[in-house]
Amino acid sequence: MRYYRSHVMVCTSPQCVDKGARTLMKRLQEELAAQGLADEVAVLETPHIGDCANGPEIMVYPDRVHYAGLTLEDLPSLVEEYFKKGRVVTRLLSQFRPPVDKELGPPKPKEVRVVLRNCGKIDPENIEDYIAEDGYQALAKVLTEMTPEQVIEEILASGLRGRGGAGFPTGRKWQFCRAAAGSPKYVVCNADEGDPGAFMNRRVLEGDPHSVIEGMIIAAYAIGASYGYIYCRAEYPIAVRTLREAIRQAREYGFLGQNILGTDFSFDLEVRMGAGAFVCGEETALMASIEGKRGHPRTRPPFPAVSGLWGKPTNINNVESYAVVPQIILKGSAWYASMGTATSKGTKTFALAGDVNNTGLIEVPFGITMREIIYDVGGGIKGGKGFKAVQTGGPMGGCLPAAYLDVPVDYESLTSAGSIMGSGGMVVMDEETCMVDIARFFMEFIQDESCGKCIPCRVGTRHLLEILERICAGLGKPDDIEELEHLSSLIRRSSLCGLGQGAPNPVVTTLRHFRSEYEAHIYDKRCPAKVCRALIRYEIDPAFCTGCTLCARNCPVNAISGERRQPHTINQELCTRCGICKQVCKFDAVTVS
Amino acid sequence: MPVVKSIEELKRLREEALTKRQLQATGGRAQITVYMGTCGIAAGARDTMKAILDTIEAENVRDVIVKQTGCIGLCEQEPLVEVQLADTPPVRYGHVSAERAARIVKEHVIGGKIVDELVVPE
Ligand SMILES: Cc1cc2nc3c(=O)[nH]c(=O)nc-3n(C[C@H](O)[C@H](O)[C@H](O)COP(=O)(O)O)c2cc1C
Repeated sequence: MRYYRSHVMVCTSPQCVDKGARTLMKRLQEELAAQGLADEVAVLETPHIGDCANGPEIMVYPDRVHYAGLTLEDLPSLVEEYFKKGRVVTRLLSQFRPPVDKELGPPKPKEVRVVLRNCGKIDPENIEDYIAEDGYQALAKVLTEMTPEQVIEEILASGLRGRGGAGFPTGRKWQFCRAAAGSPKYVVCNADEGDPGAFMNRRVLEGDPHSVIEGMIIAAYAIGASYGYIYCRAEYPIAVRTLREAIRQAREYGFLGQNILGTDFSFDLEVRMGAGAFVCGEETALMASIEGKRGHPRTRPPFPAVSGLWGKPTNINNVESYAVVPQIILKGSAWYASMGTATSKGTKTFALAGDVNNTGLIEVPFGITMREIIYDVGGGIKGGKGFKAVQTGGPMGGCLPAAYLDVPVDYESLTSAGSIMGSGGMVVMDEETCMVDIARFFMEFIQDESCGKCIPCRVGTRHLLEILERICAGLGKPDDIEELEHLSSLIRRSSLCGLGQGAPNPVVTTLRHFRSEYEAHIYDKRCPAKVCRALIRYEIDPAFCTGCTLCARNCPVNAISGERRQPHTINQELCTRCGICKQVCKFDAVTVS
Repeated sequence: MPVVKSIEELKRLREEALTKRQLQATGGRAQITVYMGTCGIAAGARDTMKAILDTIEAENVRDVIVKQTGCIGLCEQEPLVEVQLADTPPVRYGHVSAERAARIVKEHVIGGKIVDELVVPE
């Protein structure tokens, strides 16, 4: 092979081609030849370099010099100055600076990156980068060596379960859809990711969009679908843009469209944007939204596999479920099933949040304990404080106490503890968290997002919230706990969709694991964690107060008075329990009780 | 970009993509810099460059980066070539004709032995 000292990549994105990239490429080759450099400098195409805002652009290796806004007139001097004499032509340098990825650092202890393997490593807008990482090899294998049934067998054998929440076996879902009568069939990717604080799916869509696309094409082949939709929330503009560009490139390379890879299988795909209603993540509401209707859920059965989009058989999976499919096909189901527990195979991404030192996105194998996640991956509780609870499964999930720290994390163990796996939200709470207040917080979100179609969810969650607000305000009544339990069971049993059915979870799990806190609020009018404002009072300890006046000067309602160098006092009538005095006091003289 | 029509084409595309990847990964075992100022070119640096590239190709070495740079004020020593092996200080050679260039590539870049008599005295 010819040795070239330098390689020039010319961006041939549609934007750059529009601005003359192809002519430029040809003229650059001619100019290099004219100046005797044709066998020293090679010119290649690439689908992506910078942002194409100032095309045509070129990138020169090994120097990594990035020129943009080139015109044909620039070429003779560029070749002479730069390629011949080695002097960088600064006036033609690109101003583009690639965004730095601060979101996903190197793997933390005990992390195993399968879903996230390419994130931060490849250029998501350059399909060749994905291909270099074995991209679309699984698709080629499936289309040429495997029948649809064999593909489904492989996914079944891998033990992959849906990552959107319920954990239904993905292979079984595909089987149902393949068996269902009706045509055309559809595949849908659920990229709504509505759980507050969750961003696992966004990271994959932005960092490795082709793995999701490839997974969807393979699913389409397995079930016999010809068209697909990725339903992505509009709050993810970068994910939407990245996906659209990835789809365009996949089409250009022939991985989407007619006769994929020269076979008689055809499939295409588009992105639909959701307007950010939480309920639109529920599969039947999501499909209604794609059809252009109001995003309301409907009763199941019929399940989407039988009657989905426009009444046709439809397979719907989460982003992460699709994203691992190519790797399962390439590395084999046995490889995938070797990670995890008896019932939960593989790895799961989590958005670790709350009172831990290392918050952020993590990926761990199932079977890891909560303690390992919090203390090894998460680096322990912030400020060396004690652990109180961990909330999993998003707003419809539950809070688990310290007793569950050593239970291996999988679908079954979380469910038996009263919580759910959900899509991967994980909020760690330290000892200064009030569990009644947390239940109130999640209920506020849920009742706000209830779509209102069915009464148990619409009215029931409102009522739950009112009771919780009352308890936090110090106005709890003796039978409130029973009322909460009764209502919860009613809402769970009679709601139309998963939102209502899961809505009572934060209340039920906190009642189950932290009942004494409810009792303290209701009977003793006391908030043990000292969070609920109506139940606490701030006081100044005269033994420690030096009369420095700092608290008095910072109090927003002027509730603190006292002579300089004399102990101060707080007027409880005026105090709003904002806690600023405690924060500013340098002598730890402010106490809460 | 050509539409990928078969597995073979996909394989080829992957090889190409991998090659482009390697190009992007900076750093090589050795870096050769040819001084390409007007003085260098006048003294024959273009031929030196050609000889370096030809030798690299003939010897089939792949982990070498060849760069060029401008005049550094040692015009009487041109053509100048600098060789730096990983983790060692750079060595500067003077009056590098095409033949000398081939020798430097073989003995120093590939063989790892500095060609003492061609080194520019400090
Ligand atoms: C209120 C509600 C919100 C949901 N939000 C999401 C979501 O944001 N993303 C998701 O993948 N699944 C979500 N689901 C689950 C979907 O209904 C469905 O089970 C999932 O997309 C199936 O994919 P999987 O089998 O790959 O998990 C939600 C369910 C409910 C009830």
